Amino acid sequence: MSDDGADAAPPPDRAHAEWLDALAAGEGFALVCPRGHGSLPPRRVCPECGSSDLSREALDETGTVETYSVVHVPSPRFADDAPYVSAVVDFGPTRLTGVLRGGDETDGPPAVDTGDAVAADVGERATDGERLVVFRPAGGD
Amino acid sequence: MTDVRVAGVGLTPFGSHPERTGRDLFAEAALRAFEDAAVDRADVEELNYGNFMGALAEHQGHQAPLMAEAAGVRCPATRYESACASAGVAVREAVRTVAAGDADVVLAGGMERMTNLPTDEVTEGLAIAADDLFEARAGVTFPGAYALMATAYFDAYGGTRADLAHVASKNHANAVPNEYAQYRKEVSVDEALDAPPVAEPLHLYDACPITDGASALVLVSEEYAAEHDLDAPVAVTGTGQGTDRMALGDREHLARTPAADAAADAAYADAGVEPGDVDVAEVHDCFTIAEVLALESLGLFEPGEGIAAAREGVTTADGDLPVNLSGGLKAKGHPVGATGGSQIAELTRLLRGDHPNSGHVSDAEVGVTHNAGGTVASAVVHVLEVAE
Repeated sequence: MSDDGADAAPPPDRAHAEWLDALAAGEGFALVCPRGHGSLPPRRVCPECGSSDLSREALDETGTVETYSVVHVPSPRFADDAPYVSAVVDFGPTRLTGVLRGGDETDGPPAVDTGDAVAADVGERATDGERLVVFRPAGGD
Repeated sequence: MTDVRVAGVGLTPFGSHPERTGRDLFAEAALRAFEDAAVDRADVEELNYGNFMGALAEHQGHQAPLMAEAAGVRCPATRYESACASAGVAVREAVRTVAAGDADVVLAGGMERMTNLPTDEVTEGLAIAADDLFEARAGVTFPGAYALMATAYFDAYGGTRADLAHVASKNHANAVPNEYAQYRKEVSVDEALDAPPVAEPLHLYDACPITDGASALVLVSEEYAAEHDLDAPVAVTGTGQGTDRMALGDREHLARTPAADAAADAAYADAGVEPGDVDVAEVHDCFTIAEVLALESLGLFEPGEGIAAAREGVTTADGDLPVNLSGGLKAKGHPVGATGGSQIAELTRLLRGDHPNSGHVSDAEVGVTHNAGGTVASAVVHVLEVAE
């Protein structure tokens, strides 16, 4: 039995790391079952219907912000990132949850609203350099 | 199937207990429950104990045998963990065990120690109730998750921070006379609005405090209560539980809580009552928006209408449907693994007439409790009725 202390780094997960690699390369994907339910790896079966027939489907290049929050009180992993914008974004076959960043990181959290168009990428936490899903404003308004 | 009676309830004062271990907190709650029940602890056949983060907070796993010792019982003892619904599921399994005739007396409840950790470590501890890969690592905190739900709610149905401030103000007012409550002081709507932000649109007074505390219930069969001439007028007549996708972003609707819908439907069906029969409710208001979502899942308000309930005075102490007369998690406090048990303890006292706020619900016959884990990936609902 290990000491599951708050400072312990989360365990590595290869499927998640490879999914982040793909997202960073502009090849973000979801796992989709024949009935169209999208989910993120690692998956053996569809979490909605149990189908084991999962295939990769590309995420939409541009997503829509469905909800967001400006987080002022962070967990220790995000101590130097706060305040930051946490957001849930619809990318077609699935939604992604991540941090919305503007063009200039020194300007504080960017203005955001539901319905905004954003693109997904992989960035680093300011606090410890760990990778995370980030969103950046897409073209248009 | 037999009726399940609440023979006795016990709580510690909720708040900060920096020099007391979890085992001492649960011992106090259990002692009070046995005194209240007038049941011989040797008759206890099972202990169902809820705890969420004891491994982090006290470096203590395997807590159930420890708590059996603390309560002075020797019987099969099991720890239940479903984040903030840990005690709810512990109580639910106790109710099912007694209802099925597998035991006549079960001790159920829970304990959480939190204030001995720095705030950032509590924030991290609570964040482990979210999906680690796709939420916690992506910046979702516990208040942040409910903030995402609040933004989605406002976007879908309307509502403002002022509506939420009315929920906070109501629950703080309810806690003032409650001797077990952590914050027995009134908070005005303006004070709530002016408090610093935690995760917008949620500010300090939208959030429950960090709390140490324990709860214990002695649940018995109707037959045992009759044989031992117990004063146990309140019955748990319905229990229900629901589970949803772990991550908020994987839910079909970001401002609804289907796990609680399912738990409520099952509990009402079990009890043979309808939402319209409910006279009083204790719901899981870890954040003000959570109370709104709970009221809608319980069928007490239509989706989009729960937001105005406190502001319009429907759910205040003098309203038609008082909600969180205990002060709720918001002001009474939220020792995570104890909360589901404390809600039933408070509702039992309200229905028996020995709660400081019982006067607001003197004619009440049907009450409901709603206990949620994470962003309501887990939910437990119980129906309590005055049986005699």
